[in-house]
Amino acid sequence: MPEQTSPVPPKAHAPSPLDIPTRAAAAKTPPSRPQSAQATPEPGAAAQPQPFAPASPVKVTGAKALVLALERVGVDVVFGIPGGAVLPAYDPLLDSQQIRHILVRHEQGAGHAATGYAQATGRVGVCMATSGPGATNLVTPLADAYMDSVPVVAITGQVSSSLIGTDGFQEADITGMTLPVTKHNFLVTKPEDIARTIGEAFHLAATGRPGPVLVDIAKDAMQATTEFTWPVPFDLPGYHPVTRPHSRQVREAAKMITEAKRPVLYVGGGVVKADAAAELRVLAELTGAPVVTTLMARGAFPDSHPLHLGMPGMHGTVAAVGALQKADLLVTLGARFDDRVTGKLDSFAPDALVVHADIDPAEISKNRRADVPIVGDCKEVIAELIAAVQTDYQHGRKGDYTDWWKQLDHLRDKYPLGYDEPEDGSLAPQYVIERIGKLAGPEAIYLAGVGQHQMWAAQFIGYEHPRTWINSGGAGTMGFAVPAAMGAKVGMPGSQVWAIDGDGCFQMTNQELATCAIEGIGVKIAIINNGSLGMVRQWQTLFYDQRYSNTNLGDKKAQEKGTRIPDFVKLAEAYSCIGLRCERKEDVDAVIEQAMAINDQPVVIDFIVHKDSMVWPMVAAGTSNDDISYARGIAPTWDGSSE
Amino acid sequence: MSNMNQHTLSVLVENKPGVLVRIAGLFSRRNFNIESLAVGQTEHAEISRITIVVDCEEHPLEQVTKQLNKLINVLKIVELEPSQAVQRQLILIKVRADTDTRSKVLEAVALFRAHIVDVALDAVTVEATGGHDKLDALVKILEPFGIKELVQSGTIAVGRGGRSITDRTLRPLERSA
Repeated sequence: MPEQTSPVPPKAHAPSPLDIPTRAAAAKTPPSRPQSAQATPEPGAAAQPQPFAPASPVKVTGAKALVLALERVGVDVVFGIPGGAVLPAYDPLLDSQQIRHILVRHEQGAGHAATGYAQATGRVGVCMATSGPGATNLVTPLADAYMDSVPVVAITGQVSSSLIGTDGFQEADITGMTLPVTKHNFLVTKPEDIARTIGEAFHLAATGRPGPVLVDIAKDAMQATTEFTWPVPFDLPGYHPVTRPHSRQVREAAKMITEAKRPVLYVGGGVVKADAAAELRVLAELTGAPVVTTLMARGAFPDSHPLHLGMPGMHGTVAAVGALQKADLLVTLGARFDDRVTGKLDSFAPDALVVHADIDPAEISKNRRADVPIVGDCKEVIAELIAAVQTDYQHGRKGDYTDWWKQLDHLRDKYPLGYDEPEDGSLAPQYVIERIGKLAGPEAIYLAGVGQHQMWAAQFIGYEHPRTWINSGGAGTMGFAVPAAMGAKVGMPGSQVWAIDGDGCFQMTNQELATCAIEGIGVKIAIINNGSLGMVRQWQTLFYDQRYSNTNLGDKKAQEKGTRIPDFVKLAEAYSCIGLRCERKEDVDAVIEQAMAINDQPVVIDFIVHKDSMVWPMVAAGTSNDDISYARGIAPTWDGSSE
Repeated sequence: MSNMNQHTLSVLVENKPGVLVRIAGLFSRRNFNIESLAVGQTEHAEISRITIVVDCEEHPLEQVTKQLNKLINVLKIVELEPSQAVQRQLILIKVRADTDTRSKVLEAVALFRAHIVDVALDAVTVEATGGHDKLDALVKILEPFGIKELVQSGTIAVGRGGRSITDRTLRPLERSA
């Protein structure tokens, strides 16, 4: 072990660069800090890089430079697993008083945890893995974070630079593999490049349109000695994100809002990313225009607000989908006209002019042509839009949306979200989710996997605040919920964190319950257990003649014997979590309250729900939003009659 | 260029390993077609210039440019209007030419202001530069003699007039160095 990475006694404060020479010379006292006893950092504690004065360079290993750089950019938590090539980085990490490393059980868990942390806090999430399979296990969470524009930095060890390209043991071209699913990535082979690259990676991940950035560091670069200085000037000559909108475009958009008869504020995840919920509320209340929030934007606008029509899209409310279809103006804020929102694109919002504000110029006019493109950060865009609309109002130009609201209120009243209780008396999944939302309340953070339970969680929980709804929207990554909930809870230890998960999703990543139990991360997992891959089953019911090919997760013989494969209660207990089961409607509230009373251990509730509950409303894939079904066989028309 | 949908993009990029694969990868995964691609050094050691000819309508072209611009290593993209730019490709053609046909081949080569760069008993190698149409015509003329081998470079292009597209790109580069 090189001299520079000797363990040092723990210190109460984050080290400054000036400490390092003495640290290197310090006695080899073994670190006494047990991982699980580490105090959970306060939310917001490390939101900003701490102000370190530029100091004269100090001699350290590349690995030490990595850890120091991570400390300087404000990292408080890293989710990861060590392995051969990343070993050098883990040694100085042991000494860090600022960084809590959470040892996960699978790298995918590390990646989703970083995503959940980032989504809940707004800060950059960090995950770490070794080369080869460790790194490739990060590909799914990186792809997931890329689709949902989540600021994540992944650090991977790479084989020594002399071995790169030789098919060395545990070698994988991870920068090549993650090229399409990262905002940017780096291969670092020189120790002197490590600190600057870390600075650049965090800058890239967090600014502009956020996204995942991977830094792959060759083992020999971590082992070699270099000089560490901070701050390091960035070398990113081609990166200039635009945050300030063009004021003429904003004025044009304001004019269209005041002239429109049927406007809709079409709000996407960009509003959450930009922390622009407060501004959005002002704009909505100022204009009186209806608001729809996409799957990624649930919580950006209060569900209780009378201007809110709910979620648009494939499983959106009839009112939200209808509002988009009949609108004469879409004020698109940080949304991207995803196919799950637009349905068949050429019949989407046929009469609408489009104002499209996004921080990523490439999103504008990608799917739907924008009449008024605005490139900028949603917070700044909306703030300027408010001012511009106010100016128009002062000049006596104000839109009148009375007739529009009459139409929308009619849709809203006639087609509220709802569900039928199963006739056989079994548990309705929607009821379970609704009750969790009611009892845990709008201050809790909710996460979901992917499928029916995700849609119900988006529909039947009332969100009042941004960053309280976290899911895998763009990528649709099953298995997201448990590790992401773990990350969210670590980032927001004071919040109650509920993962609404499916039994299919849960079986993909539940190994992180071990991490949660050991690290004292008190997440609550509600498994909406219908014994099948429910959303796929729903499509088989509707479009494949009820031929249930490979969607049944249960086992008939086991059921006859009264056993379950797996028994989630036993599984939870095996992980030293509290395992609960609920099969009857009258027990739902009690079991949720029981779970809420447990704060020192993760809780898993196995809710046994009906197999054939379906998500409604629904716009079948590839069809027009105009062909929305309110329930099976019930097709609303926008004037309010049902066919 | 005869094809109205053909667009020539000059892309200035950081001269770093892996940049070309980022650009090529972007084209394939975004479903854009590259007609021709040429990459080389510029007058500045830290900048490479990639000339890409794409065949697409205006709208997808806008997407191509915006997506390229998002690549962190891309410094600048300029579309070169055919009428306002000099565009050249290089072609090497090994054409059958024995004692009977050689003079005719030479005549064709002279007509196109091409050069013979290698001579063998039964063949000559012709080097020519020019725009796509000219080189196409040359190939058509030489085809009847029998083309044994043909190799062609991607198009490179530079705007006409005294202005340089690299001038303003370099300044921020120098600042950050």
